[in-house]
Amino acid sequence: MQNNIIHSVTLDKEKCKGCTNCIKMCPTQAIRVRKKKAKIIKELCIDCGECIRVCPYHAKKAVTDNLDIINNYKYKIALPAPAFYGQFDKATDINSILHALVKIGFDDVFEVAYAAQIVTEKTKKMIASGELEIPIISSACPAVVKLITTKYPSLIDNIVPLISPMNLAAKLARQTAEEKTPYKGSEIGIFFITPCAAKATCTKYPHGIKESCIDGVFSFRDIYLKVLSHLKDNGGGEELSKAGFKGVCWANSGGEVSSLDIDNYIAVDGIHNVVQVLDEIENDRLSDVVYVEALACTGGCVGGPLAVENNFVAQTRVKRMAKTARSSSLVDISDEAVKWEVPVYSRKQRTLDDDMVVAMEKLTKMNEIYEGLPQLDCGSCGAPNCRALAEDIVLGYATENDCIFKYKERMVQLANEMLAVRNEEE
Amino acid sequence: MSSFKVQYPINGEDFVSAGEASRKLKKVLQNLGVDPQIIRKATVAMYEGEINMVIHADGGVIDVEITPEKIHLFLRDKGPGIPNIDLAMTEGYSTASDNVRELGFGAGMGLPNMNKYTDYMNITTEVGVGTTIEMIVNTKSAS
Repeated sequence: MQNNIIHSVTLDKEKCKGCTNCIKMCPTQAIRVRKKKAKIIKELCIDCGECIRVCPYHAKKAVTDNLDIINNYKYKIALPAPAFYGQFDKATDINSILHALVKIGFDDVFEVAYAAQIVTEKTKKMIASGELEIPIISSACPAVVKLITTKYPSLIDNIVPLISPMNLAAKLARQTAEEKTPYKGSEIGIFFITPCAAKATCTKYPHGIKESCIDGVFSFRDIYLKVLSHLKDNGGGEELSKAGFKGVCWANSGGEVSSLDIDNYIAVDGIHNVVQVLDEIENDRLSDVVYVEALACTGGCVGGPLAVENNFVAQTRVKRMAKTARSSSLVDISDEAVKWEVPVYSRKQRTLDDDMVVAMEKLTKMNEIYEGLPQLDCGSCGAPNCRALAEDIVLGYATENDCIFKYKERMVQLANEMLAVRNEEE
Repeated sequence: MSSFKVQYPINGEDFVSAGEASRKLKKVLQNLGVDPQIIRKATVAMYEGEINMVIHADGGVIDVEITPEKIHLFLRDKGPGIPNIDLAMTEGYSTASDNVRELGFGAGMGLPNMNKYTDYMNITTEVGVGTTIEMIVNTKSAS
């Protein structure tokens, strides 16, 4: 339960103008504007990054590390997410991008796409075992896992209990480095190159494993220019890439399921679409579907809020890159090593009161308040809709005067009262 | 004893808004802090009932009473009634029309699912008059 309040999406107060763009887009209604600044309700944030995408003032950002921290380690390994391959129009093959990563200061690279191929093999086994709740939901997207633990806790048992390709890549990268280099333990630094805030959080507070072996995280945006400048003078060289077609395809929506050799799957992308599909699963409407790949970003990880390239352009580029991928054999790793070490728990649900009788009274009050609101869902009060404002009022976080229409009504009433007083005096 | 009551009118032949009442109930139960697995049972049962009312009965009314111990669902319609309850309770048995099936409904799992997800279910029905279904989901049972 300790991971409940941890999230990477934060606010740059200076830049926030207190508009209502982010509160409207948040899938878990985790943002309120209070005192002219957006405020993230930490218990509800799932790190999907929708607010980062929509903020016109770029006031929402994700916490990542400064590239300088790699210098604290003697042997530095970069773990690029497969979506990274779609960011550069200059690059024609994966190897040149990996070499550019080495040139900006890393000693080695380990592709997350390679680990993804292993996760695919283990997922196939788990599906075949028949031990999981159907439909099985992919655990690859940490924002979706967080959405489930926040809003759909009844579906936690449907999540495939396998560690993410990112965490598996980190584990394998460390093992490999300890075997083939003289460096040990804290001398080795593992750094993930992330397209999103959710995975950035996951490097520090992972789900399903006790401790992450990732030492730092940089976003695509953070290192884009540096990598780009080294792509120019790249002349190929030693083959660093070992991920195959199937692994690289994980960057795009539908990439994960396409390797599972099953027909009765769905691949859903975009957090609001994921919400709809999870609703359907909760209502038992998708019992004929065996596997659900659910990715928070439109187009898959290429659509990450911290990506640079347009996601549709990147999708095509990833497909092209995948065709050039040279598949090398997968390392032999036990099933247990890829399974969750610890279960994933429901986050504390936001209720009106811990005592149900009190909660009932508050709910009655909340409905009364809601009936009195204009029900325009304009967002001017700082809550995403009138119902959310009613909930905030009853919880003591807001007042009816936060509603601009109620406030106006009250002003008119006061003015009339003053007039009445004056008339009496005359 | 404390309870919270809410009524949901269900429009007939309105597939677009079908499921809205059970979605609203879900939010209510979340506000009250009911266990997520219990919420799921109650909302699936109500969803199936709601769909049935839309498909077969031209709508109706659902009354819900929630106490700290149980969720009581009362579904009332003035539809055609169920001629054979045993048959209707058989998984896969359906009287839904082809165009309803084309919309993805009418798989014959409605009543069996309602029975499966609730701790008590009682059907009172009269052909040509209507159907009343009473369902109870206990909030204290763990599974």
